[in-house]
Amino acid sequence: MTAAPPGLPGWSGLLAFADGGHGADGSGWSGSLPLTHGGHGVDGSGWLPLVPVALLAGGYLLAAVRDPRGWDHRRTAAWLAGCALLAVAVGPLAQLPDDPRGHMAQHLLLGMLAPLGLVLGAPVTLLLRVAPPPTRRLVGRLLRARLLHLIAHPVTVALLGTGGLALVLLTPMYAAAERHSALHHALHLHYVAAGYLFAWALAGPDPAPRRPGLAVRVGALLGAAAGHAVLAKYLYANAEILPPGLTDRDPAAFQSAAQLMYYGGDLAELFLAVALFATWYNRPDRLRPPRSTLINSTGRALPGWRRAG
Amino acid sequence: MADSIVPRTRTADVPDGRSSALAGVLIGVAIMAAVDEIVFHQLLAWHHFYDRSTPSVALLSDGLLHAAEVIALVGGFFWFADLRRRRALSGRLAWGGFLLGAGGFQLFDGLIDHKVLRLHQIRYGVHLVPYDVVWNVAGSVLLLAGAAVVWWSRSRRPGDGRR
Repeated sequence: MTAAPPGLPGWSGLLAFADGGHGADGSGWSGSLPLTHGGHGVDGSGWLPLVPVALLAGGYLLAAVRDPRGWDHRRTAAWLAGCALLAVAVGPLAQLPDDPRGHMAQHLLLGMLAPLGLVLGAPVTLLLRVAPPPTRRLVGRLLRARLLHLIAHPVTVALLGTGGLALVLLTPMYAAAERHSALHHALHLHYVAAGYLFAWALAGPDPAPRRPGLAVRVGALLGAAAGHAVLAKYLYANAEILPPGLTDRDPAAFQSAAQLMYYGGDLAELFLAVALFATWYNRPDRLRPPRSTLINSTGRALPGWRRAG
Repeated sequence: MADSIVPRTRTADVPDGRSSALAGVLIGVAIMAAVDEIVFHQLLAWHHFYDRSTPSVALLSDGLLHAAEVIALVGGFFWFADLRRRRALSGRLAWGGFLLGAGGFQLFDGLIDHKVLRLHQIRYGVHLVPYDVVWNVAGSVLLLAGAAVVWWSRSRRPGDGRR
């Protein structure tokens, strides 16, 4: 997550932001941005979506400091990186004038890259460590709920995610979201939630009871990534008519947005594949065969949800 | 956790020849697919980001190929690292598998994709025969070299168990 991935426009600025201002509030720079033209769909109050992001970062930091056993700083870094990407997506990128490329960069950050950082931050494990027993029981019950296992099954999430994307981009929903800011924000929330669910279902250190085996998860990633790539190329090829329902369209801009979607999706697929196979590589029962059997026989580590190594 | 893809071998210090060769095949296929895509599709641009003349099946197969290639590359290297960590890696068989995978993919691409399914050709607007010959002969050489390495390292394995 910390490697600097090439290929996204404005990435260097984004990293500079992640280095300089990933604190709990993000208020240091939002005031210096030109808020005059208001962006798309956000009426004047362009900084408002930053509040939940700041709460996420601040709450996590507070919990990490209070963790009695000491919290892994790499997890904190991953979470803050995820929050920084969210902040970039709902802050500076939302202030850009109406442009499909800006929207696409926003969607990539919200739906793919930021959720992976958040998942690698292991917020549920942190919550289970610092929360009072009633909350822990509630989280445990939630994690064992059959409905969650159905919704968070990798295949379900892949279908919902890629299918939802197709629904937005191939129907007049995209044009509608341009006009109605409530729908616009709801869609963004949906991207973050779907991306988080997908990354969590496939990989990550948080507890995931009944997470299916490696083959199913690899298959789901394969299907989702292929669907994403095909959708991007389909949009590129039909930039004159898709997404439908727009009044003044710029096919060239939509084509470069589709290219951004294609290569950005690649990058996210690569990161997700690394995270997925890393959970296999680091699973507790496989670490250093002769000696680690002794360590593992203490029963401390539940399969698949403690960071190992 | 699932061990359906990777056979479970708990004993360390014993080379797992079959896994070594298969991990090599996986990496070989993925690297050759990546070379094909990066060098021929993107750097030389002999075919394009989206080729308007190809049917929608090609679009789907291209997307699948690309996704599979990235996943196979990452998965293959993690598998390789796991075998190495457990000292179960047979280096020769992994190299043999790598050559088998690379050559096999190139030959498959040259014969099935290019000639049987006619999804795309190596290059457009030129005389194709020299390109096809070079492509497929190179693939065959890689494939035969891989088969030779695998055969050679298997035939001498009973003598010295290691490597």
